[in-house]
Amino acid sequence: MRLKCPANFRIIRLPCTGKIDVIHILRAFEKGADGVYVVGCMEGDCHFKSGNFRARKRVEQAAKILDKIGVGGERVKMYNLSSGEGPLFAQYSIEMDKKIRELGPNPVKVALQAKKNAA
Amino acid sequence: MIIASKKPIEEIIQEVKDYKRLLILGCNECVTVCEAGGKKEVEVLASALRMHFIKAGKEKKIDERTLERQCDHEYLEEIRDVIDQYDAVLSLACGVGVQFTAEKYHSTPLLPGVNTCFLGANEQRGLWTERCQACGSCVLARTGGICPISRCAKRVMNGPCGGSGRGKCEINKELDCAWQLIIDRLRDLGRLDDYEIVAPIKDWSTERAGGPRKVVREDVQV
Repeated sequence: MRLKCPANFRIIRLPCTGKIDVIHILRAFEKGADGVYVVGCMEGDCHFKSGNFRARKRVEQAAKILDKIGVGGERVKMYNLSSGEGPLFAQYSIEMDKKIRELGPNPVKVALQAKKNAA
Repeated sequence: MIIASKKPIEEIIQEVKDYKRLLILGCNECVTVCEAGGKKEVEVLASALRMHFIKAGKEKKIDERTLERQCDHEYLEEIRDVIDQYDAVLSLACGVGVQFTAEKYHSTPLLPGVNTCFLGANEQRGLWTERCQACGSCVLARTGGICPISRCAKRVMNGPCGGSGRGKCEINKELDCAWQLIIDRLRDLGRLDDYEIVAPIKDWSTERAGGPRKVVREDVQV
């Protein structure tokens, strides 16, 4: 397909989005990620029945925590698509890249960088 | 098991904000099963607190540890060699664990990270309901295995009160009337005659009314 995607995101493969936990999302932010999005199968099409529903709930939990600690819950999002929808995958990555650029860098990363520069 | 619920993160931030070196201490028992204070919750809370304080420009050391139990001497001993490295411990165990840890490590401030709620059952994922109030003198044999102390708002002992309607309690139309459940179960068991037996006045001295309680078992003491 040779689709164009932003080059600034890293794909972390999971056996099923049901494997993702809140801590995985939080750790990404602790390590300096500016945003995280989880791409699961279409709702109702999970091979393990409810993996993508579980993922959605955990993404929501992570968003709530990020909101409360001032990092911003809008930096994390869940998308659903089927494995045959490459163009949509590319579109979502462009959409997320645009949104994160509008939000600016992760404030935790900024604070750590400032501390490093001051030292 | 003991059911607890997470404290709001804003409240925890307020509790811990003045301590520079903090240990978040989870418990592998009840609070793990009710997803309030196990290893996973410790990890998530520690990560969130670290990010919050880094962002606020405060330098803090926030470590994680989860013990098998916090209500037992032998497991609490596991942190004796590291406890001096911390200004405070945020315990995600139930109230028992928090207090027992505080008694053992007298000079370290202990903060609770969960609200301990009740003795209950895991009815379904994400739903826990009260089943026992630890009254110290069980009447379940007479009441068809349904507890009128923990499940009746008034804790009445001889049939439903006037607030029971269509099998529900007057305090909340979603709440089953415990005595309706008891009568239904006794009928299904063919033991409805038991309902006719007037219960004697309950001895509440074995409940909290008699002050803090203890169980002494000389046969198992060493």
